[in-house]
Amino acid sequence: MERPLTKHISFRRPSLALEEYERTGGYAAVRKALKQLTPEDIQQQVLASTLKGRGGAGFSTGTKWGLIPMGADAPHPKYLIANADEMEPGTFKDRLLLEGNPHQLIEGMILSAYAIQADIAYIFLRWAYRKAAVLLQQSIEEAYGAGYLGKHILGGSWSLEMHLHTGVGRYMCGEETALLNALEGKRATPRAKPPFPQLSGLFGKPTIVNNVETLCCIPHIVNNGADWFKSLSRCAEGGTKLYGVSGKVNHPGCWELPMGTTIRELLHHAGGMKNGHRLKGLLPGGASTDFLTEQHLDTPLDYTSVAAAGSRLGTGTIIVLDDATCPVGFVHNLQHFFAQESCGWCTPCREGLPWVEKTLLSIERGEATPEDIELLRMHTHMLGPGHTFCALAPGAMEPLQSALHYFMDDFERHLTEKKCPYANHLHR
Amino acid sequence: MLSDAEITAINHEISLVPHKKAAVIEALKVILQHRHWVSDECVESVAELLEMSPAEVDSVASFYNLIFRKPVGRHVIHLCDSISCYVMGYEELYQALQQMLDIRFGETDTDGRFTLLPNCCLGCCDHAPALMIDEDLYQDVKPGQLKRMLKKYS
Ligand SMILES: Cc1cc2nc3c(=O)[nH]c(=O)nc-3n(C[C@H](O)[C@H](O)[C@H](O)COP(=O)(O)O)c2cc1C
Ligand code: SF4
Ligand code: FES
Repeated sequence: MERPLTKHISFRRPSLALEEYERTGGYAAVRKALKQLTPEDIQQQVLASTLKGRGGAGFSTGTKWGLIPMGADAPHPKYLIANADEMEPGTFKDRLLLEGNPHQLIEGMILSAYAIQADIAYIFLRWAYRKAAVLLQQSIEEAYGAGYLGKHILGGSWSLEMHLHTGVGRYMCGEETALLNALEGKRATPRAKPPFPQLSGLFGKPTIVNNVETLCCIPHIVNNGADWFKSLSRCAEGGTKLYGVSGKVNHPGCWELPMGTTIRELLHHAGGMKNGHRLKGLLPGGASTDFLTEQHLDTPLDYTSVAAAGSRLGTGTIIVLDDATCPVGFVHNLQHFFAQESCGWCTPCREGLPWVEKTLLSIERGEATPEDIELLRMHTHMLGPGHTFCALAPGAMEPLQSALHYFMDDFERHLTEKKCPYANHLHR
Repeated sequence: MLSDAEITAINHEISLVPHKKAAVIEALKVILQHRHWVSDECVESVAELLEMSPAEVDSVASFYNLIFRKPVGRHVIHLCDSISCYVMGYEELYQALQQMLDIRFGETDTDGRFTLLPNCCLGCCDHAPALMIDEDLYQDVKPGQLKRMLKKYS
């Protein structure tokens, strides 16, 4: 089984410096692209590879790039941005790529920037990734030194500047239009679309924002071709995927596996449930995805299949809910996060999420009435898709609505017993 | 009043962006590096340098979790309170820290050594529960390890 993205990642030694990276075939794709391929060739290859964005929404990368203005009349500077804000609770896959092989991301960014003829590239990195910040800064400098960045790359006519930007902490910085505002020195509130960032993005110029894992796929597609990339997968969505598992399993971790690996296989990689614990449910791809349960274990983890099962692949990092953890407490923790991170731009989300959080807390404490459950149900509609300015609030409602569906007995026991039936949690 | 070093650093940030306003977050980061928090006076000085109103600067400063508008201790403990750490028992760490330092989230201990803050997922959920002290990451933390861990920070 091929693992192109993580093949050269090992935490028993430091990540690869430039020369070691080159020795493993690194920057060959940049040399090939700049000497033999036009930007349009790469765009075509990426479109044909069926690569879907790994930031959560699963939008076709080739299609996204296809909307950027090209040619002599295109406005400049154009921007390429790597979204390395990774703050979705339960998600720890981009960290692996950033700390494990920073040159791979930089190479992917150079190729992507070449494909859209960008002039300036940013890595938007969350503050907490200190080790990644140091490694990326070193690697960017090495790449400048070797002539892969800067003016007239490899002696050609195309130039690219690359900067590392570290954020100051806010989940919304990961939403791509809010990220643009943050980079411009503003509050991280989202922008109205249209205009889409491809036409009017950073400082009003054409901009592409891609997730770290998405960009790390690009060197391998350029080196090996679209058909090879498709062959890595077990389904119609090409490539491998970085999957993760956290919670009460024997070996929590992150693995690169073929796209379409089933939940059952992934849990097997995680060594199964910890002794004495049973699987009650799981979020397949971070905090803003719907719960799945035991009946879904054979669902392939690709965008289409997980959607058909009633959830979303999201970031591909599973959070396990075990039978000793209270589902109401679990969902309360998630809603606390969303309420806190709501940017306050639109009223339903700003006012609704704290209400949801408080209602869940009163249920958890055994102080709620059946009307409170109805209130939660109402919110899952009122904060659902189409009612708020961005996807934060609808994302927040996904685990809530599915918890109300799958774990209703637990909610009811809190009402009838007037306390949390799970003994082991301390409540703030 | 800002120091010369702060002003030089902020002017450098201004030189990197298309217009002055766009440097406001970087300017606030410069202040944080030098003073660990941003006072009202600093907000005004930054506003003057960037030709913004103090309210505009503060609207940005107050938005971000890590731009501290109140004084903090010499070290900041960022305890992850997100979902995987919840499942793996961050609340026990919180309880232990409360007992050891006699502070709750958002507070600073009496000798000004530690400020305790909750933090969103630190991106190491496979090693939950996790916390950061300043820039140091600690993973798979057990309550019994906290005492020795804190000793390193004076
Ligand atoms: C509230 C919110 C937070 C997000 N956070 C991230 C993030 O941390 N990293 C990321 O890559 N995408 C994040 N996204 C998705 C981005 O908006 C965007 O879709 C993505 O960066 C596009 O890259 P891709 O096409 O390569 O997936 C977030 C979206 C929302 C609504
Ligand atoms: S849904 Fe929430 S996070 Fe998104 S714009 Fe509205 S208030 Fe902000
Ligand atoms: S939930 Fe604590 S590190 Fe991710």
